[in-house]
Amino acid sequence: MKINIIGKKYWYFLLSLIVIVPGVISLILFGLNLSVEFTGGSNLTLAFPSKVSSRELTQISNIFTQNKIKIQNITTSGNQVLIKSQPVDQNQDILITQEIKTSLGNFDQQSYETIGPTIGAETLQNAIYALIVASILIVIYITWSFRSVPKPTSSFRFGVCAIIALIHDVLVLIGLFSIFGHFFGVEVDSLFVTAVLTVIGFSVHDTIVVFDRIRENLRRVGGENFAEVVNDSILQTLDRSLNTSLTVILVLIALLIFGGETIRWFVVALLIGITSGTYSSIFNASPLLVVWQDLIQRRRK
Amino acid sequence: MRKNPRYLLWLIIGLTIAAVFINLPKFSNVHIAGKTFNFDPNSIFTTLKINQTLNFREGLDLKGGTSLVLRANMKNIASDERSAALDSAKTVIENRVNLFGVSEPLVQTEITNNNDYRINVEIPGVTDVNQVRTLIGTTAQLTFWEQIASSAAKLGSPDYVILNTPQGQLYLKKTNLTGSDLKQTSVGFDQKGLPEVQLVFTAAGTKKFADLTQRLVGKTLAIALDNQFIETPTVQSVIPDGNGVINGNFTTDSANQLSTELNAGALPVSLSILSSSIVEPTLGSVSLAKSLFAGVLGFIIIVVFMTTLYKKLGLIASLALTLYTLFVLAIFKLSSITPYGITLTLSGIAGFILSIGMAVDANILIFERMKEELRQGKSHETAIELGFSRAWTSIRDSNISTLITSFVLYEFGTGMVKGFALVLAIGVLVSMFSAIVVTRTFLRLIYK
Repeated sequence: MKINIIGKKYWYFLLSLIVIVPGVISLILFGLNLSVEFTGGSNLTLAFPSKVSSRELTQISNIFTQNKIKIQNITTSGNQVLIKSQPVDQNQDILITQEIKTSLGNFDQQSYETIGPTIGAETLQNAIYALIVASILIVIYITWSFRSVPKPTSSFRFGVCAIIALIHDVLVLIGLFSIFGHFFGVEVDSLFVTAVLTVIGFSVHDTIVVFDRIRENLRRVGGENFAEVVNDSILQTLDRSLNTSLTVILVLIALLIFGGETIRWFVVALLIGITSGTYSSIFNASPLLVVWQDLIQRRRK
Repeated sequence: MRKNPRYLLWLIIGLTIAAVFINLPKFSNVHIAGKTFNFDPNSIFTTLKINQTLNFREGLDLKGGTSLVLRANMKNIASDERSAALDSAKTVIENRVNLFGVSEPLVQTEITNNNDYRINVEIPGVTDVNQVRTLIGTTAQLTFWEQIASSAAKLGSPDYVILNTPQGQLYLKKTNLTGSDLKQTSVGFDQKGLPEVQLVFTAAGTKKFADLTQRLVGKTLAIALDNQFIETPTVQSVIPDGNGVINGNFTTDSANQLSTELNAGALPVSLSILSSSIVEPTLGSVSLAKSLFAGVLGFIIIVVFMTTLYKKLGLIASLALTLYTLFVLAIFKLSSITPYGITLTLSGIAGFILSIGMAVDANILIFERMKEELRQGKSHETAIELGFSRAWTSIRDSNISTLITSFVLYEFGTGMVKGFALVLAIGVLVSMFSAIVVTRTFLRLIYK
């Protein structure tokens, strides 16, 4: 009794959509909870000798408003006041610090962090640009490397389907983090960008391994019964796909439990991405090849 | 391509010994069994009389410190002089950063796509942003000081200093000649072909300079940048035309260096802070121990998992992975003596973990194919060869696509993304070597 993955392909696509659609809706409605690194802004930590009252807190935020600096968030933690605001430049900082000292007494500015909006935007923009170029090059490479697949299939489709699976994984990850950001306040920072890059690398790698098996089987038996060849190939590589992913996932779980607090969400992002990457290679990328083939054959008839 | 596995085995052993040697930390006075051991991987450089040291370079996100991005305002500078001006500004910043006395500060220039001239500064270990800002965010001050008699010096005033030189003490007084009087500096050669630094003054500067040189023939006219004396040349003769020359025992490099420093004081490049931040060490000391523990645990998990799944093969793969890790770490460490030093950052470590995953995957791919061949009743030896040749196309294509991604990310990405891409590319290349050469050689030797 063989498992028929291709036969149930639309159910698997549906499962993907169930995960992706809420994420995309959240992305449209709430966007991403971007950290200061990307939005530009300032993080200031002021340490007072004693606990700060809510009246004093209002005074501090008034000083910011008078200087035309919008505060996004102001909280206290013990004797510290944490302020997240629009970018505060050096001169403004000196001015504001002076004013707060005059009205509230002495304090110590423990940290001052300002990031101009240009830098974060540049990082993001360059990363997106790089991804588009990389995707195009991967499609070209796969089209060339899979050129030996027999008609009626075409190697170009392999490339495009690998990239669709990649976009799937990125959407799953970004969508879920948009939801996490809105409901749990999880910030998207540079570590998250690294996680996305890692997932992209894994996704294409994983998909190609399955595709390679399809290529090999097609060469042996020809492309007559395409759906069956794809199904067999998925099953033949299933052990490897699951073993590889399980290894990585086990290591990540170890990192999640025993690694530091600071990399927790980074590890969560990797876990989501690797799981999605494995799923999309088996249940999306290869079945999509079959859907595409069917569409073209139906049109020919 | 059936090479004798013996030779490959020796190659692997040789590489492993080299990698272990490179990776071992320096230690001294370690007592084992009553004997004292000292070790320093850099001893080989000392023996070879090469002035280099090997070390792992940790990025700011691992070590903590201050990071600044400065923008150079080039409005008043002709477009063909801008990159020279940026280099001069960089020299000034480097000098100031060195005042912190920390090891491995990073000062890099960058010209962005939209023609923004920038200097990126990273000062590890220093977390007082205010101190850093005041020290770095100002324009460089070039000043000229004249030698005076010791009796004329009003000590205690900031305009007078005593400078200790190899020739003895110099009493100096600040003059009204400053960097703004200097039009341009360049490096030239005198009649003997020795390098010299040539100065061109503005009209106002020419006048001041002529007066000064007239007063100071045979005496010293010292030059200071940001109150640090960089040169104490002796005036040979009166210079009325505003074209000064500094002779000294220059090499071409040191002349260039001085010219750059003088330019920094002459060119009106003002710097503004685009961003400044204190970077908390993400893997601070507590967290680092934890992460190391998690790393070791992760490795044990891989070994246990692979051995359960693939028995003897799994052990071989684990050995290959150990060597893989040693090789990659050795490359990181070796890179510190090349101009392309790899800085270890958190994103780089993510790239490394991904490449370990890919190295494991290559082994799993090969073993699964071998299992299939064995199931069809092939001999061990045939199964090994077929397993490798069949798995090779998928290993090749998947790794080449990863390499494509990393090259593009390296080319277009900034800072963090670049670090990730570089480590990933190195990891993938070594993982292919590890799977194809190391694992295969071990397998052939065992099943021979």
